[in-house]
Parts: sequence; structure tokens; C-alpha cells
Amino acid sequence: MAVREDALNPPAFTLRQKLWQMHWLFILLLAATASVGFVMLYSAAGGNLDPWASRQMMRFGVGMAVLITVAVIDIRLWLKYAYVFYLATVALLVAVEFMGEVGKGAQRWLDLGYFGLQPSELMKIALVLALARYFHGTSIEDVRRISKLFVPVMLISVPAALVLRQPDLGTAMMLAITGAVILFAAGVRIWKFVIVGLAGVAAAPIAWQFLRDYQKQRVLTFLNPETDPLGSGYHIIQSKIAFGSGGLLGKGFLQGTQSHLNFLPEMQTDFIFTMLAEEFGMVGGLALLGLYLVILIYGLAISVRCRTQFGRLVGIGVTSTFFLYVFINMAMVMGLVPVVGVPLPLISYGGTAMLTLLFGFGLLMGVWIHRDVTVGRRGLGDDA
Amino acid sequence: MHGDQERQKLFARRTVMLVGGKLALVSMLAGRMYYLQVVKAEQYKMLADENRISLRLLAPPRGRIVDRFGLPLADNKQNYRVMLVSEDTRGLGVDGALDLLHEIVPMSTGERRRILKEVNRNRSFVPVTLRENLEWEDVARIEVNAPDLPGVMIDEGQSRFYPYGKNLAHVLGYVSAVSEREKTGDRLLELPGFRTGKSGIEKIHDLSLRGSGGSSEVEVNAYGRVIRELNRREGLPGADVRMTIDVGLQLAVAQRLSKEISASAVVLDVHSGDVLAMVSHPAFDPNDFNRGLGVEEWNALINNPAAPLSNKVIAGRYSPGSCFKMLVALTALERGAISPTGKVYCEGFMELGDTKFHCWRRGGHGLVDVTDAITQSCDVYFYEAARRVGIDRIAEMAYRFGLGDVTGLDLPGEKPGLLPTKAWKRDVKDQAWHQGETLLAGIGQGYVLATPLQLAVMTARLVNGGFAVSPQLTKSVSTTGVHAVPERHEFPQIGVNPRNLAIVRDAMTQVVNTPHGTAHRSAIEDPRYMMGGKTGTVQVRRITKAERETGVRKNEDLPWRERDHALFVGFAPADNPRYAVAVVVEHGGGGSSVAAPIARDILLTAQRRQSARDIPISNTTGSQAALDLPDAAPSVRAVVNEG
Repeated sequence: MAVREDALNPPAFTLRQKLWQMHWLFILLLAATASVGFVMLYSAAGGNLDPWASRQMMRFGVGMAVLITVAVIDIRLWLKYAYVFYLATVALLVAVEFMGEVGKGAQRWLDLGYFGLQPSELMKIALVLALARYFHGTSIEDVRRISKLFVPVMLISVPAALVLRQPDLGTAMMLAITGAVILFAAGVRIWKFVIVGLAGVAAAPIAWQFLRDYQKQRVLTFLNPETDPLGSGYHIIQSKIAFGSGGLLGKGFLQGTQSHLNFLPEMQTDFIFTMLAEEFGMVGGLALLGLYLVILIYGLAISVRCRTQFGRLVGIGVTSTFFLYVFINMAMVMGLVPVVGVPLPLISYGGTAMLTLLFGFGLLMGVWIHRDVTVGRRGLGDDA
Repeated sequence: MHGDQERQKLFARRTVMLVGGKLALVSMLAGRMYYLQVVKAEQYKMLADENRISLRLLAPPRGRIVDRFGLPLADNKQNYRVMLVSEDTRGLGVDGALDLLHEIVPMSTGERRRILKEVNRNRSFVPVTLRENLEWEDVARIEVNAPDLPGVMIDEGQSRFYPYGKNLAHVLGYVSAVSEREKTGDRLLELPGFRTGKSGIEKIHDLSLRGSGGSSEVEVNAYGRVIRELNRREGLPGADVRMTIDVGLQLAVAQRLSKEISASAVVLDVHSGDVLAMVSHPAFDPNDFNRGLGVEEWNALINNPAAPLSNKVIAGRYSPGSCFKMLVALTALERGAISPTGKVYCEGFMELGDTKFHCWRRGGHGLVDVTDAITQSCDVYFYEAARRVGIDRIAEMAYRFGLGDVTGLDLPGEKPGLLPTKAWKRDVKDQAWHQGETLLAGIGQGYVLATPLQLAVMTARLVNGGFAVSPQLTKSVSTTGVHAVPERHEFPQIGVNPRNLAIVRDAMTQVVNTPHGTAHRSAIEDPRYMMGGKTGTVQVRRITKAERETGVRKNEDLPWRERDHALFVGFAPADNPRYAVAVVVEHGGGGSSVAAPIARDILLTAQRRQSARDIPISNTTGSQAALDLPDAAPSVRAVVNEG
């Protein structure tokens, strides 16, 4: 196989050239964002590197290695094995159904001895790759045909349904939205989205019936947190108090009363943005939001710059996933959407999301490095 | 790849639309931030402070009670407690820490069970009291071993301390834990360890002594653990109460009475009404109440026939006996029923109908005038005097001298006594009044009842020039330490002819200072300190006719409960009275043999101490005044022993 590859594609870049081609400014932005995370985790531990900041730094290091590895792998290999990767991940999702560890009331983890694997996180990447491959091989005319939409819709709904069964509403929604964004970017007619959207609204009451009790509770609490100030509403209320009391300039580093006196729950994970907003105020919050916006714009620019549809769609898929993380988490801690348990990318303490994101950004870097490489329909030769 | 160019264009268009959508979402986030952190910031800052700031009440130190010279009678003592914080015991564990502590401060298994229960009930950072009122040596030993006793700590609190213990029990009263009934919603009362006055001065001035609570703003975390103190507002310490008591005299009186089984005495300043000493024997130790009494100790107190819990000076009601005779004499003189020189013949008894009313002297006193009658306590004379004026007039006169109603002393639990009248008997007993009862009342027996305090007030009013003085225990209440002497309101005149008062007073002087007086053996020889007074011996059993014929049994032959009460009311100095005293020895025997010597010792001590001398006003705090006092408590005792 290696022989064929060489034969059909004269070696475009050496490894050294690929590393040189890496978008180092983008990497610097990622590192800066992660550093904000280290600082907040240091504060969350009351001014200590342990237990969170130090481990998060290690994870970021490992994640960067993954990113670079993923980036230098030929993008055509990713296209070639996209479906295999996707199917394998679906298989893992099914596996969690039967033998997943139950954590926090949801079956999400697969115990692989040394580390827990969360197939739903992996799915976010696999779905992007699979959809990108599908639309890579679809002409602009085909995309407009409704019949050609059956496969991508199935690609999206099967894993989304599996994740929803775990039950993990947040991830299921992220999968659905990421898929929709790729479909949109690939050129699916806008009216189709409108129809699906309207259908979704119409079906909401039916979907309500399928929600788990705690999910219903979260939605209800979100709608009116004050009804249950010590129960499920506690998170939202305390988070808003912390947020608001930070004011314009914040209470100062390590001075957040809500977080340091433990009124704020999960401050090192899902609610870390609240802590930042409490200690650094609106100025700090907007600064982080700006940093995320720059990453987002760069990601989209890289995607648009790419000469292959696969690369473009992978790029926009990864970037959109990243944006969804940011938006859902921030909206959640500010009481705009229900508490769904989505971490703040690159900042929240936790290995899986970090790894997923850096894996995804690795692909984005790959897209950038291989932006001018021609990619065939099945990944290798140029049979277009 | 020209198809791809089209796709790329489409992709770019769609991306721009997506960017638009995403920017809209980002603006929404920024807008929300603005709303929360700028528009609503103040409200959320307040809520955050409500979260983290908790207001803790600080108990104010209870006010002190001092005597008239400023010597502390009730004070606050540092109280050392040993506490355990279970989370700090580290590897040792609660059990391990208790085992180690046991070697220093032995603990019973019951105590240990209580501690473990409390440890389990509280959060691990809440200190649990292991033992209160530690001895100083124990404190030192625990402190020395502190490194080996993680989680064990010494805490200082304040507890009430009565340096004179039993000697002032009935006057001061005691404090103990707040009872459910006392709770008014005042948060101060909810404080653990808070004490309120339950009797005596502690009760009557409880509100002033309490002070007002301070507060401490502390920062707490979500679990209620105190992180640090932010702000502290000290409360107002309780006001000091200065009493009229002269503790030196009080100790002397207590010591003097301690030889009896059950007795009481009170000393008044006849002009101001200041209570200089008030002792009811036996007493209890108020310090024990603060500590908490065991069931056995409590039972011993309430089952004691000598009633140590009762203040007999104000709650003991006795027939005044011969001490009442001055009032009968005064009634007769005022009404003109008998002239100062008018005589009555005493043949040892008086007959009324077919009943014989005996004089205490079987052979009779012969012809006696009012002075002789008081001096020798002739019963027949007063039977006759009473018969002439009638019960209602006697009662009216006695009432003006302070009997028959509470004197209004600032101490809870005072009893009004009883002055019978015809109307009273009709209303209460639904019976007609018999003249025989008037005769009995004439010698202070029958229905008449008075408290020792009333008798002292009566004596004071008899000898102070006819002013209706009323007794008081509180000199002043002050928070600043500067006790201004409050303006004494003038006591009203009783409205009795001074000549008649002088006759009675002179007769009382003769009771002690003439050879045939009933208290002659208790006379004070020193002309500066001479006293006057009146003895009283009160039967508590009925002497039957048969017994009278075979000879009245002597007190010594009777069981304690059936012996006579011994009474004496007195004043001194005889020529210019300053002090009045009333002494009652329950079942003590004769007034002249038992009560009079006690009164003599008390009056002598009072005069030597000059208990009633005026206190310099302004800026003199109590302790300085006390230093001026030449003879403090120990030397007082010596004086008593001489006498």
C-alpha cells in the first residue's frame, strides 16, 4: 500500500516541512487559552498547582503531542479511513450501552484499564470525518437532491440517538448541530433546514416524553431556577450570583468569594467560566470570549482556504464543535440555556474533552498543512 | 476541478452566513455578561455577601454586683473549657484523642458517651465541649501536651462567680441556663451557655445585668465553616449593680447565725432604709447552681426542714410575739385609751368570760405603766390595752409601721404577712371576731404574722423620728463604673405624736439597759454603742391547761420542731439610732436568751464598722472606696468572736 501511495502521490512534504508548515500562531492561541485555564485551576485550588493545574498542564502537553501527530498524518489517510473510524466509534457507543461505567447517572465511560474512554467524545470527531468524506464525494447537484440526504442524516442520527440513550442530551445536541452545520456548509438548501427546524419545534412536546426525569428537571429548573433554590436550581442561582457579583472588573485573582467559599459547584470543571468572571469581571470574561473568537475566525479561515471539500468540511466541523462547546458552556453558566454538562474548551479541568478538542485541532492543522494537496474521492489518487 | 471551485464558492458563502450566526450568538453572550455584571451587579453583589457573611451574636459580660463599698459580690470568672474538634484529631481519631486526654482529665464512661454522641451530631469542624470549669493545673497539663493532642483545645469563657458563696445566697440569688419559658425571641437568650438570673438581685436586675449582645460578622463558606472575621461590634457589657449591703457586716451576721439550725437576721439603716445585711440561715451556694446541681444535691436542698432555699427574712412569716407590743402600746397612747403614766394591775393572768389569759410570769408583775410593761414584756398590760382599743385600730397602726403588706423591697418573693381585722375574719374565714382574739393579738400572737424584714422596718420607723422609711437593697445601677448616689426621696412622716414615740423608744432602751429588762443580759457596756430593743418568744404549740398546771415543759425537753421561736428587734446607738435589726431564730427558745445576744453582736459590729457611713459621691469607683475601709472581712469575724 505504501508503494502505491508513493506511486500516485509524489512525496509532497517531508515531516520537517510539514512541521514547518504548521500554523504556529494558531497553536500559540490554543496555548494561551489553555494557560488561562491553568491560572483558573490554580485559583480554584485556592492558590495551588495541585490538584488540578499541574495535571491539566500535563494533559495539555499530551494533547499537543496528539495534535501534532494527527496534523502530520496525510489528510488522505483520514479520508480513506473515515468510515472505518466512524463505524468503530459507533461500535464503541453500542458497547457502552452494555458495559459502560455509570458515572453521574449516565453511561458514558468505557473502562479501558488505565483510562476511561468516552466514545461520545470520539464520536464528535468521527462524525465530522464521515460527513466530510460523504460530501467530499458528492457533487453540488447531488447535494441538492433529497435522496442524497438519507445517508448523512443516518450518519448523524444513529450516534445521536445512541448518545441520547446514555443519556447525554448535551452531547447528542452537539452531534446533531455539528452535523447540521456540515450539511449547511456542504450546500444543502436552506429551506430544508427551515422545515426540519419547524418540525423539531412541533415535535418538542413528544420529545419531552422521552427525556429522563433529571433532564426534564434541568429544563424546568432552567426556566425558573428560584422554584428550587436548594435543589437543582442551586447551581444556576449560585453561578449567576458569582457572575453578577464580579461586576465590571472582578473581585481580583484568588478573591472570588462564591468560588472559594464553595458556594459555586463544579468550579474547576463546568463552572470555571463563572469563576473567571467573578475574579476578573466582565473585562476578563470578554477577553476570553475574544480569544475564543480569534480561534474561531482562524479556524474558519483555514477551512475556507483549503482546496479540497473534505478539508473544508473537516475544518468547519471541528471549528463548529469548538464553538458549540464555548457557546453552550458560557450560555449555561450565565443561565441562558439549561445546565447540560458541557465543559469550557481548553480551560475546564478534564482530560477527555481536552483530548477530543486537540485531536480535532490536529485535523484542522492537517487541513492547513495539506491545504493544496489534491485528494481523490476515496482518499488517495486523483480520480475526480 | 471546476466543480470544486463552485463548491468552494458555495462553501465560502455558507461559511460567511455561519460566521454571521456565530457572531450573533457571541453578541448574545456578551450582552448577557453586560446584563449580569453591569446592570445587575449591585444586586448580585448583595446576594453574594448574604451568602458569605453570617452574623454571629457575642454574649456581653454580665454586670457585676458590688456591695456598698464596691467589693464584688457577684463577678465573672474565667472559665476554662476543653474542647475537641473531631476533624483536627487527624490519624488519632476521636477515640484516640479521648484516650490520651483521659490520662490527664479522667472521664467517666457516661461522659464519654455524651461526648461521642455530640461529636457525631455535629459537623466535624464544630468544637464539642469535653469538660467545663477546668482546674488551672489541668489546663496547664493539657497545654503542655498540646502537640500530642491534635484536635483538643482549651477555650476560655466566662462563668458567674460568687466569692462569698453561701453568705449572700438569698440576697444575690443565682443564675442558670435560660429556660424555655424565659425565651422571648431575643437572640441573646438563644446563645449556648447564656445565663439569666433566677432569684434575688440577679433576677430583679436581670435585664440591666445582661447588657446587650455584640455581633461579629464572619465569612462562612457553603458548609457554614467560619473562614475569618470581617467586622466586630462589641456589645454593651451589663450594668454593674451596687448594693446597700456591707459585705463585712453581712459575713459577720452569717457567721453569727451559722451556729443556729435555722435563723434569719436583717440590718437596716433607719434613716435611708438601706439593707446593710440580710442573712437567712441555712443557705445554698449559688455557685453550685451555675455549675448545675445533681439530683441528690437538689433533693437534699428541698428536703431540708430548715428550708435553705427560702429567704426567711422576706418569706418567713412569724407571729411577732412581744415584738408587737410597741405597736399596741402606741395605739393605746395615741387613742388616749391609756395615759403614759396609767397603770394596769397584773396578777399573772386576765380573765375574759370563762377563759384565762396568762402572763408569761406566773406570779404577775403587779402595777405596771407602759414603760414597765414594755421593759418587762408584761402580757396582761397589753391584753388590757388591746381590749380597750380593739383589733381594727391596732391593725391600722401596725399597718402604718410597715406590717400587713409587702415593704416593697427590691427582691423577689417577699411575703405580706398578716394583720387581722374584724372585716378580714368575716371575709376570709366567714366567722365573727372574738374579743379573745384581740387579746391574743395584743401580745403579737394569734393571727398576726410578720416577716423579719417587716419587724426591722417597724423598728426603724419607731426610732427614726417617725419617718415611714422603706427598705432597699439597690444603691445604684451603672454601666460606667461611676456610681452616683441617687437622690433619696424624703420619707413621709407617719403622723404619730413624737412624745408617744419617745416613750416607746425609751422603754425599748430600758429593755436592754435596766436590770429588770428582759434583755438585760445582752446589754452593750460601751456607752458609745448602747442598744435598745425588744425580745419576743413565740409559742408554736398550744399549751394545754393540764400542762400549765403540771408545769410548762422547758424548751430543751421538747423536740426541735415544737420549741419556741426566739425573736429580737433592736436598734443602736440607743441615744441616736442609726441601725435597726431583726433577728428570728426558729425554734431557738427564748428571745432574751437566744435572739438578743445575736442582735447585740450584730449591732456592735455594725457600729464598729460604721456600715451606714456616707460614701463619698463622684468618681469613686467601688474598689477605691473599699481600700479606704480599715477593717475588711477577716477582722470583722474577730470582732464577732469577742462579743
